[in-house]
Amino acid sequence: MSTQVFYFVATLSILFSLMVIFAKNPIHSVLYLILTFFTFTVHYVLLNAQFLAVVNFIVYMGAIMVLFLFVLMLLNLNKETEPAKSPLVKIAAAIAGGCLIVTLIGSFKAVSISNPLSLKNPGLGLVENLGKELFGPFLLPFELSSLLLLAAMVGAVILAKKDHTEEA
Amino acid sequence: MESLSNKKKVLEQKPLTLGERLYLPAITKGLSITISHLFKKSATVRYPEVEREFSTNYRGLHSLKRDEEGRERCTACGLCALSCPAEAITMIAAERKPEEKHLYREEKYAATYEINMLRCIFCGLCEEACPKEAIYLDGPIVPSDYLRKDFIYGKDKLVEKPLEK
Amino acid sequence: MDAAFVIEKFILVAVIFGVSLLIAMYSTYAERKVAAFLQDRLGPDRAGPFGILQPLADGVKMFMKEEIVPATSNKWLFMVGPGLAMLTACIASAVIPWGSPIAIGDRVIPLQVTDINVGVLYIFGVVSLGVYGVMIGGWASNNKYSLLSAIRAASQNISYEIAMGLSIIALLLMTNTLSLKEIVEQQHGWHWNVLYQPVGFLIFMICAFAETNRAPFDLPECETELIGGYHTEYSSMKLGFYLFAEYINMFISSAVMATLYWGGYNYPGMDYVAAHLGATWAPLIGTGVFFLKIFAFIFFFMWVRWTIPRFRYDQLMNLGWKALIPLAIANIIVTGVVIAIIEKF
Repeated sequence: MSTQVFYFVATLSILFSLMVIFAKNPIHSVLYLILTFFTFTVHYVLLNAQFLAVVNFIVYMGAIMVLFLFVLMLLNLNKETEPAKSPLVKIAAAIAGGCLIVTLIGSFKAVSISNPLSLKNPGLGLVENLGKELFGPFLLPFELSSLLLLAAMVGAVILAKKDHTEEA
Repeated sequence: MESLSNKKKVLEQKPLTLGERLYLPAITKGLSITISHLFKKSATVRYPEVEREFSTNYRGLHSLKRDEEGRERCTACGLCALSCPAEAITMIAAERKPEEKHLYREEKYAATYEINMLRCIFCGLCEEACPKEAIYLDGPIVPSDYLRKDFIYGKDKLVEKPLEK
Repeated sequence: MDAAFVIEKFILVAVIFGVSLLIAMYSTYAERKVAAFLQDRLGPDRAGPFGILQPLADGVKMFMKEEIVPATSNKWLFMVGPGLAMLTACIASAVIPWGSPIAIGDRVIPLQVTDINVGVLYIFGVVSLGVYGVMIGGWASNNKYSLLSAIRAASQNISYEIAMGLSIIALLLMTNTLSLKEIVEQQHGWHWNVLYQPVGFLIFMICAFAETNRAPFDLPECETELIGGYHTEYSSMKLGFYLFAEYINMFISSAVMATLYWGGYNYPGMDYVAAHLGATWAPLIGTGVFFLKIFAFIFFFMWVRWTIPRFRYDQLMNLGWKALIPLAIANIIVTGVVIAIIEKF
């Protein structure tokens, strides 16, 4: 049954991610993206990674996409304000996209099909085990990534404050 | 500018102290005030069932009075209509026939007498103007209705009930 | 997965759904009554004795009213908005333990729809989704006031979610589990978490007020500035759904506060009661106690609404970012240090 659920949800994820690209209205794109993230959450649950599922739910669906929506709602999205793209840019974009597809296909061909994954430890995705892994063997990368986030935060604050200091 | 009355007070707006910025003391104070009102008597009067007592000089619905023998006092002199600032009163006078002596006190009486309650401002000037003490604003609140024509009160609604024998 | 299990869960879900709707219905009545009593008035008293049929009258009115969909709105999303608000409000109740397992005959039925081991995070996730109903509805109305309200709701929810999450972290340091059932069971008798985490509870409660858009943080629907806020353009039962969702949210957040901090269905002397009444009736009393706590919180929500004026927008943001978040972080540090010291000695 799990396989059928997977195929169903996987079809939905592909469908929704295609809709993200094809939707004319940016707000609709964001809403489809939210649905896509929701199907990802289901995937995580199917993989028995409950913590990741919930974090994906909270952080991506609940916070980041809200901010996306927030920004898009503030933009005045008209056809007139959309800058007209020159044919040169269009051709360049087509070539770049084609290159990306070729690279992806090449890399997928190189990767041999792996055996069906069977979890040796079914509790691997639980909070406790994940926490022990993160704060044990992977302590250094974990702390480094937090430093990276801190730097990004400081950068954002400085960017936001810049105009203010010049005025004063 | 210098204040002449010496009543002017300069309000000083100080920055909030730490205690004020915590909000919590003020919030608990406010909460205690509102909760104390939970135990106070409510001021509501349930109107149609319970009626608040009117003050003695309250002016409500008009009534056309009868004298001690049960005859209508009004003589259709028109002073009330004349005094009415809202032009709410109209009447048609008629002469009393001999067999109607027990109905009307004066020789002339009001055959129709109408007050438009939508025009009336309940000032009480008709009451003041009446030489025969025939009209008083001593009734209840004028009830609501759906049609404008229903607010024109005729003699059927205005005249006092006949005296009990 | 036997049939009895499915039936039992189905009944439980139906009962919880029904009870949430009933409580939401009567919260509207209670709100008006509480407001009236706090202001020395009587409140609605015409429909039925003491006006207890008022919610029915309101419901009938909502259904009978004309349904207006603005011509320039986004029709599809305009319909999705209220539905989403209602959905997110209802699904949060799935992980709340409503009572200790109840024995009927020789079957033991847990009074919790599902005990997932990330229950706290699940509630948190559902709460964070709640803002979509408001945002989508506000945007789809194609009205400036609605849009402003949607934007306010989004920024308010995001800001207070952070402080809320941080205040829970301090609690989780103590409980060592994310399962709501285990958290409740650790608070046996009177060992309620609020005694150990008063600051955390205070922060959580303030954030709960903000997340449910209740006064004093009801900026998204502040009449003086935004007419009706995000539901300006809504009428009929769609408006009813938004109002209903707000009351269900209030009920759920009261339940969560009671579960996390005020001992859930635990009460002093519960062992004595359990020994004397047996495994069928004692859990029911526990559930009753739990609902008493919930009602107390709902009353508190209303009491605050009719006491405190609305915050200004900058005050709201200052409170969230400059007061609650640092306080929550300090709370985590103090809790961590105390736990480390206790474990050491």
